[in-house]
Amino acid sequence: MTTPLKIAFLPLTDAAVLVAAQERGFAEEEGLRLDLIRTTSWATLRDRLVFGQVHAAQMLAPLAVAVTLGLSQQPAALAAPYKLGVNGNMLVMASDFAKALEPDVAARLADPLGTAHDFAAAIGLWRRKPIIGVVHRFSSHSLMLRYWLASAGVDPDKDVVLRVLPPSLTVEAMRAGEIDGFIAGEPWGSAAVEAGLAETVAIGERIWRRGVEKVLAFRESWLEENPETVDRLLRALARAAAWCDDPAHHGALADLLADPRYVDQPAELIGRALNGQIVARAGEAPIANPDFMLFSREATSFPWRSQALWIYSQLVRWGMVEHDAASVAKAGGVFRPDVYRQALADSDVAMPGASMKLEGAMDLPLAVGSRRGELTLGPDRFFDGRVFDPDRIEDYLAGFAPTG
Amino acid sequence: MRIVIIDDSGLRATVLEEGLREAGYDDIHIVPPRGAFVARLERMAPDVVLMDLGSPSRDTLEEMLIVSRALAKPIAMFVDQSDDSMFGAAIDAGVSAYVVDGLRKERVKPVLELAVRRFNAFAKIQGELDEARTALSDRKIIDRAKSILMNQRSLSEQDAYALLRSSAMNQGKKIVEVAQALITASDLLGGGL
Repeated sequence: MTTPLKIAFLPLTDAAVLVAAQERGFAEEEGLRLDLIRTTSWATLRDRLVFGQVHAAQMLAPLAVAVTLGLSQQPAALAAPYKLGVNGNMLVMASDFAKALEPDVAARLADPLGTAHDFAAAIGLWRRKPIIGVVHRFSSHSLMLRYWLASAGVDPDKDVVLRVLPPSLTVEAMRAGEIDGFIAGEPWGSAAVEAGLAETVAIGERIWRRGVEKVLAFRESWLEENPETVDRLLRALARAAAWCDDPAHHGALADLLADPRYVDQPAELIGRALNGQIVARAGEAPIANPDFMLFSREATSFPWRSQALWIYSQLVRWGMVEHDAASVAKAGGVFRPDVYRQALADSDVAMPGASMKLEGAMDLPLAVGSRRGELTLGPDRFFDGRVFDPDRIEDYLAGFAPTG
Repeated sequence: MRIVIIDDSGLRATVLEEGLREAGYDDIHIVPPRGAFVARLERMAPDVVLMDLGSPSRDTLEEMLIVSRALAKPIAMFVDQSDDSMFGAAIDAGVSAYVVDGLRKERVKPVLELAVRRFNAFAKIQGELDEARTALSDRKIIDRAKSILMNQRSLSEQDAYALLRSSAMNQGKKIVEVAQALITASDLLGGGL
């Protein structure tokens, strides 16, 4: 008998694993039928999850942490046992603004530190505070943008205006001149570039080389009550993710996502992020970024607790939550490596031995302890070289100079 | 009680406003979610904000609710822990409601219930409109198929229709499906009109 599961998502390229699981038969192999429910705002996706209209949702990792900490409307205990991908964001700005930056876009993207400083100078030259669209206060993109701006002494709460709008409205807002640029998940940055409205200024993967992005979130209570269904879903997603990562399938995947029921954008645009071939300025040759968006390899989907805690550290840093031991425990507990291990114990997915690691410590790929199979983790460096030790959050936070 | 309806669709907002006025609420404002709508909303200092759950502008609104210093009292989404079914009904009907802190439950509930009823009524009207539109295009397809039959087989209009209907019945299909198949076949064979 097939178990139907309702899963909410937003029209984004990193809904790929969910779409592939349903459309390529991976869900069916586990006796599941995924009812993928497209939503246009994170608020609605959150409400549908919290009030049980869906069983699971493709959620911004920081939003899952924030909802659990009670920082968002509709507080609820959420659980994220699986990451749907890492990386995949980019910051694009109006060409007028970008004029003040390094004109060679490849060089600009390769040097996020230099570009951050150029960006700080460009703010001074702009006729007013630049308005930068972010998809949500509690999004990876917003946290990375803040991290990046602050590295060059820019106070993201004072020196720029961060305006929240959903990804699918970003391109229209650029066209209407309501924002000067935005950071969002693909394909929306590429869509703005293609429309000649903006050029790429920074790439998420260059800010944090393995940046936590969307997770599969459940209500914690539902997850605990339905362990067998959750296991089946995670197995289906793991196989779908391996399929999505394979370059041989990127064309077919882009075609799937282009469907009006999913992302509803041209397959060619969607393919850019999948293939890591980023066109930074309309009409120019693509720039190779092979790690632009990952789904499976390097145990990408493993929910490292240290990554939930990095998110938490940034929420504290920007004054969005008071730091205390109870919040640390709650935030770290959103990521559920225990459920991941349980579900994929008998699969051929390489399984990290630990649940926490230093974030940002690896410059080069590194073979690590694994319960089964060979596991090489990719470089996970932050562009400024800082290392996050989840056991020393206060020290980490003390290392950031106050910007205000 | 000041109620602000954030809505793009003139019709739905009107349906809701009308209902609220009938129920005796008279301080009602409609704000389309475009441009600087958040600034307008801040100036209005509403007690209740009603919005389509499917509106892409909800994240923008919620951000305003967090950062606004202009709002004297915090506004939160309507949460009545004792009444999950009410919230379920609101979500099913596609209503999201934000309510100023301190507004008593018994004052909020009738507004929310009314919004749910009116949103449902609106969905029904829209469903009927869609149906009417489909019916209209169905008739065009059938008309075109009829004229193909009339031309190619020299049938009267009545006979052409009868032929379509009997074919549909024999195949267990709708008349419009048979008509569409005929048009496609005719186009393929170059006999299109």
